[in-house]
Amino acid sequence: MAEEKNSMQDAVDEALAQDAQAMSDTEDYSLNDDRRVKTLSPTALVIKRFFRNRVAMVGLFILIFMFLFSFLGGVLSPYGESQLFYRTDSQNKQFAAVVENKDLRYIEAENNSFPSVARAKFTLALKSEDATFESSGVTYRFETLGDQAGEEVYVIYVDGESTPNAIATYKTVSNSVSNDKIPFDFQHAILAAQAAGQDSLEYEGATYTLDESGSVVDSSGNEVAYASRYSIRALMGDVFLSRTFKEQLVDAIERGSTEFVFTDAEGVTAEYVITRDTTTSGWSVLQSTSTRVFDTYSSPSAAHWLGTDRNGMDMLTRLMYGGRVSLYIGFVVVIIESIIGVILGGISGYFGGWVDNLIMRIVDVFYCIPSMPVIIILGAAMDAMRVDPQIRMLYLMLLLGLLGWAPLARLVRGQILSLREQEFMVAAEATGVRASRRIIKHLIPNAIPQLIVSMTMGLGSTIIIEATLSFLGLGVKFPFASWGNIINDVNDTFVLTNYWFIWIPAGICLLSTVLAFNLVGDGLRDAFDPKMKR
Amino acid sequence: MRKYIVKRLLISVVILFFVAFIIYVLMRCLPTSYLERIAQEKSMQPGSKTFDEWMAQLSATYGMDKGIVPGFFSWCGRAIRGDFGDSWRWTVPVTEKFADSVWISFVMGFIAFILQIIIAIPLGIIAATKQYTKVDYTITIIALACFSFPTFFFASLLKLVFSIHLHMFDLGGLIGRNYEQLDAVGKFLDKANHLVMPIVTLVVISVGSLMRYTRTNMLEVLNADYIRTARAKGLSENKVIYHHAFRNTLIPLVTMLGGSLPGLFAGALITETLYSIPGIGFVSFQSMVAGDIPFSMFYLVFMAILTLLGNLISDILYAVVDPRVRIA
Repeated sequence: MAEEKNSMQDAVDEALAQDAQAMSDTEDYSLNDDRRVKTLSPTALVIKRFFRNRVAMVGLFILIFMFLFSFLGGVLSPYGESQLFYRTDSQNKQFAAVVENKDLRYIEAENNSFPSVARAKFTLALKSEDATFESSGVTYRFETLGDQAGEEVYVIYVDGESTPNAIATYKTVSNSVSNDKIPFDFQHAILAAQAAGQDSLEYEGATYTLDESGSVVDSSGNEVAYASRYSIRALMGDVFLSRTFKEQLVDAIERGSTEFVFTDAEGVTAEYVITRDTTTSGWSVLQSTSTRVFDTYSSPSAAHWLGTDRNGMDMLTRLMYGGRVSLYIGFVVVIIESIIGVILGGISGYFGGWVDNLIMRIVDVFYCIPSMPVIIILGAAMDAMRVDPQIRMLYLMLLLGLLGWAPLARLVRGQILSLREQEFMVAAEATGVRASRRIIKHLIPNAIPQLIVSMTMGLGSTIIIEATLSFLGLGVKFPFASWGNIINDVNDTFVLTNYWFIWIPAGICLLSTVLAFNLVGDGLRDAFDPKMKR
Repeated sequence: MRKYIVKRLLISVVILFFVAFIIYVLMRCLPTSYLERIAQEKSMQPGSKTFDEWMAQLSATYGMDKGIVPGFFSWCGRAIRGDFGDSWRWTVPVTEKFADSVWISFVMGFIAFILQIIIAIPLGIIAATKQYTKVDYTITIIALACFSFPTFFFASLLKLVFSIHLHMFDLGGLIGRNYEQLDAVGKFLDKANHLVMPIVTLVVISVGSLMRYTRTNMLEVLNADYIRTARAKGLSENKVIYHHAFRNTLIPLVTMLGGSLPGLFAGALITETLYSIPGIGFVSFQSMVAGDIPFSMFYLVFMAILTLLGNLISDILYAVVDPRVRIA
């Protein structure tokens, strides 16, 4: 690093010196130190050329940003890689339905029936104010108990009998204690007492009191029944609607409000929304219950800059950790590839002969193995074996490294072969330089530029391969994040359509990182090329 | 020349043998197999044989009961005669399934290949002739961006824009919902419509590297002495570039393109999977994920053959196109 800095400094100095000289050319030709043109080492020239390449510099800046984002971002982020977030969600569930009786309802005695033909005749009789009517050969009479609008109660007898056959009323008598039906006689007694405006009634030896709202209370103060124009039906299973609930609900409906809050006997408060249902000309009551759920797919907000993902984890933090994994895998794989490639390619190129032949055939074999399908097969096998995600990541790196070294070995071999034949190697041999020194001092440094370029480009393509595998669900697995498996969610068309913040940022990170590696690699290639004039 | 080709072919056969062996060992070493699952299912049925008995019977049926080396040789013996066995995933002979699916892949690949050539070569040449100008930088950056696009990300973007927002294409598949009601022309157009996005994806993903390759080679040629000579003798710039330089640039290009011809049969595994195009790539992806050994084995060996063939073709073309090259 220190050397590089010096060379940078040199480059700047050199440029300054040139400027100074251009200015002073016309004046005098002094050879003072400040006027002297400094010579640059080949490395300094390469660096100078690289820093002049604006496109490569853009790539370098993107890379620096991505490294900071991934490695520092994870530390700075207030959230963890797989920290889950929750939100409370209120759901409106159908709770009850309320129907106001606008038509007469008929309550039949237990052993009698009051058929619909008779009901129709009764309605006619009521209109024409007849006291009796006849249906199917039976003559009926009826008496009117209450006559206020909506309070009418008609008790219908078969003519000549004294026990009522049916009751016609606008009210419903419902059981306050259970969902069982109330006996006909009791209903009769309640309705009769209500119509007469009494405040108590007797039924089967017990005394009940009636209050104004229509509830029937027994001697010990418990409500047993409730008579009202509103028929209220519970829509949820296992729900018993208490009389107080019904009363308050009816109050709310009569007030015309659309919301009401009810606290039941156990002290649980719930909010209800009342909506008018025109098809049944009644009201439906929705209970809003709040539940604690994973905060999945929430939109970007101050707390989560890029929203949350499928599991309710912070997207931005996942992206940072994902970048860490992607870059980490890229580097490890490229290092494995280069170690194998340099050693085998170097041996092959330097020694030649049968060693070269053998190694090159091995390279050919590895060149031919289709790596993507092989990794897919092994990935599917690891899925079946339920390999631990951490170990799996390690296997993935080893596998990518082992399958990818062949092109690098070819490259190194080619370089060494051409260098070996050059004059400077002949000279080195003639001056009696040791073989090991010839390799380390003369061959390797000359092969390095090409190697660095293809390693940089290789980083980009390794990251793409890793991301593709993770995208297919065969690479890095949950709970670890990788840019590829973040985008994996897009397989769900709903996510593709509605949640851009899930997959676009990860894709942009991936694209810009790979592009940056390629730009830098390209810049390095140009910089290393001595034929380049700039 | 003939001697060279024969020698190369023989070496290729040896390489192929080892590649096939490695792949076979790999497939046989897979810890869980499709057979075990089938045996498990069958042994669950009432009054059935035990799992072990089923396993033994299935292994014998599919030739999985032999050791790895004898198994490999018997596989080789049948493969040479063109018998790759029956696919477990598709329950038809492997070659039949292959013949069903390879053509759509080839058509897709071939159209993409032609488009790629039409786009990449002119742009690469323009970039080289205008080196270090804005045009060159723009083309270079576009090429590198195409090259850097992860296939799945690009495909997702295309789907979002063209099928979800513009409703121009279906999200995936080769045929539309009302395919059966269409007449012959309609059927053709329907398929063509479904192939647009996959082909665009293929072209964009692969156009970058060809563009770079053209530019690099063109630059090399433009720096050559005979170009300086051509300019020195007063030829017009057009004649220099399109007559002298371009022809020489064609040498590496033809070599490379010829070498990639066999690859057109390999299918585009990722692209086909993304768009659910039932080509060889998607079919083999499904087979591989399902652990279908006969089909995977066939596909991998087929890919290896294509690679070898590609290398051979490019080496031979190199000698054919460039009269200076003589191979012994």
